[in-house]
Amino acid sequence: MKKKEIHIDRNKVVISIHDLYKSFGSNHVLRGIDLDIYQGENVVVLGRSGTGKSVLIKLIAGLLRPDRGTINVLGKDVAALSYRELEQFRLKIGFSFQSSALYDSMTVRENLEFPLLRNSKHLSRQQVTQAVEAALDAVGLSQTINQWPAELSGGQRKRIGIARTLIMQPAVMLYDEPTAGLDPITSTEINDLINKVQEEFNTTSIIITHDLTCAKSTGNRIAVLLDGHFVQVGSFDTIFENGDERVKSFYNYNFITQ
Amino acid sequence: MKIKQKQSRQYILSKKLDDFFFDVYALGQFSMRFFKELFLPPYEWKEMIRQSYSIGVKSLPLISVTGFITGIVFTKQSRPSLSEFGATSWLPSLVTIAILRALAPLVTALICAGKVGSNIGAELGSMKVTEQIDAMEVSATNPFKFLVVTRILATTYMVPLLMLYMAIIALMGAYVNIHTNEQTSFTTFIQNGFHTISFLDIISSVLKSVIFGFTIGVIGCYQGYNTTQGTQGVGRAANTSVVTAMFLIFIEEVIIVQITNWFRVF
Repeated sequence: MKKKEIHIDRNKVVISIHDLYKSFGSNHVLRGIDLDIYQGENVVVLGRSGTGKSVLIKLIAGLLRPDRGTINVLGKDVAALSYRELEQFRLKIGFSFQSSALYDSMTVRENLEFPLLRNSKHLSRQQVTQAVEAALDAVGLSQTINQWPAELSGGQRKRIGIARTLIMQPAVMLYDEPTAGLDPITSTEINDLINKVQEEFNTTSIIITHDLTCAKSTGNRIAVLLDGHFVQVGSFDTIFENGDERVKSFYNYNFITQ
Repeated sequence: MKIKQKQSRQYILSKKLDDFFFDVYALGQFSMRFFKELFLPPYEWKEMIRQSYSIGVKSLPLISVTGFITGIVFTKQSRPSLSEFGATSWLPSLVTIAILRALAPLVTALICAGKVGSNIGAELGSMKVTEQIDAMEVSATNPFKFLVVTRILATTYMVPLLMLYMAIIALMGAYVNIHTNEQTSFTTFIQNGFHTISFLDIISSVLKSVIFGFTIGVIGCYQGYNTTQGTQGVGRAANTSVVTAMFLIFIEEVIIVQITNWFRVF
């Protein structure tokens, strides 16, 4: 599916990463990451498993601390925020986890209510219910409201996970492997949902994936992560038609274009 | 082809001892964090009530059955020894002392370590490996406060309550057995039983249970919260929670009995 043209405000940088380093012991995962992401843009980070893609968005969400470098999100230096400031900052960040991360001990309704009840205490019961229903409606899963996460399929869990993040109306969305482990039809539905979120909520997003179909259909720009840094950043076609041989061969571009 | 080189790591003592001391240090830090977060708002009342129900109320059937059986069995086992000296009239006081001072706190703690400790370890462990704890953090909720503080607090005050409940049930079991064999009335049983019990016995048992409860909670939460290596790690967290908590309970029992005995001398 060809991605719709979206207005991206190139004057407004929402996420700015500069000279970012992160290691785990002797494993140097990120080695000098630089990237600017603009308002309303979807940037896909492509890379093999274990190249540090998930580490990158966990650093952006403040779940990990960088060894060196700066991450500026919505005008805030994430690494410099105190715990309290980080909590406030995270209200503007939506994080869709690879495993969906729905709370097993709560129903779908309770999962969606959880961030709202804790962070928007001024809302009435009716307003909370309306917000939950609206979020579920946005992902097309209104009928699952009273179900338990264990009763949902993988695709449904992903969509509910996205709905849970949308309920707080985030300015930035971070998707960690949104189509991993899903069949092609469900993957397409998730890709469409990511685009819908971008169009309707005007979010700035980073999508972590190694799925080229997902990258092509959701990304305005693609950043290829190899050996701890971005080897190429650009549109999908630019990267795979004129780009680095390592990238082309690595992703077996011909396979998907044929 | 690359030859995989064996990485040499330097250990201060040995790998196992280093890991052990690191774990002790990390557990200490984890406990300190609990005390720090305990007094800082927001207070998770709703979750604490939910945990109290889950840890306390849901353990009642098991505590009731084991308590009643403990009372009966201990009385039955003690009777032959006392009857040799013609001292079966001492059964109520012997049984009451044994139950209140040792059996009720220890058996309750061991049952809770098995039932509650493993449950906490497995639940938090599975939340960790499925990124639910991270999800809570990005929802601007402090997972340590919401998951850990509430569980440790709930075990700390529910285990003593369960211990008192078990003591009553075990005494009932003992009374049923004594009444059946010696036709002792309930009033005589209580009078003889509590004649030798002092305030120190009850307060030391309650304090002991508070410490046992805290141990069960903190070990279960520590193991669960620091789970790694997927589902295998979840199983290990549950198992380690039980084994470590039981081991520490016995160590604490020895220390507390020693301290209580010093107080008895004065």
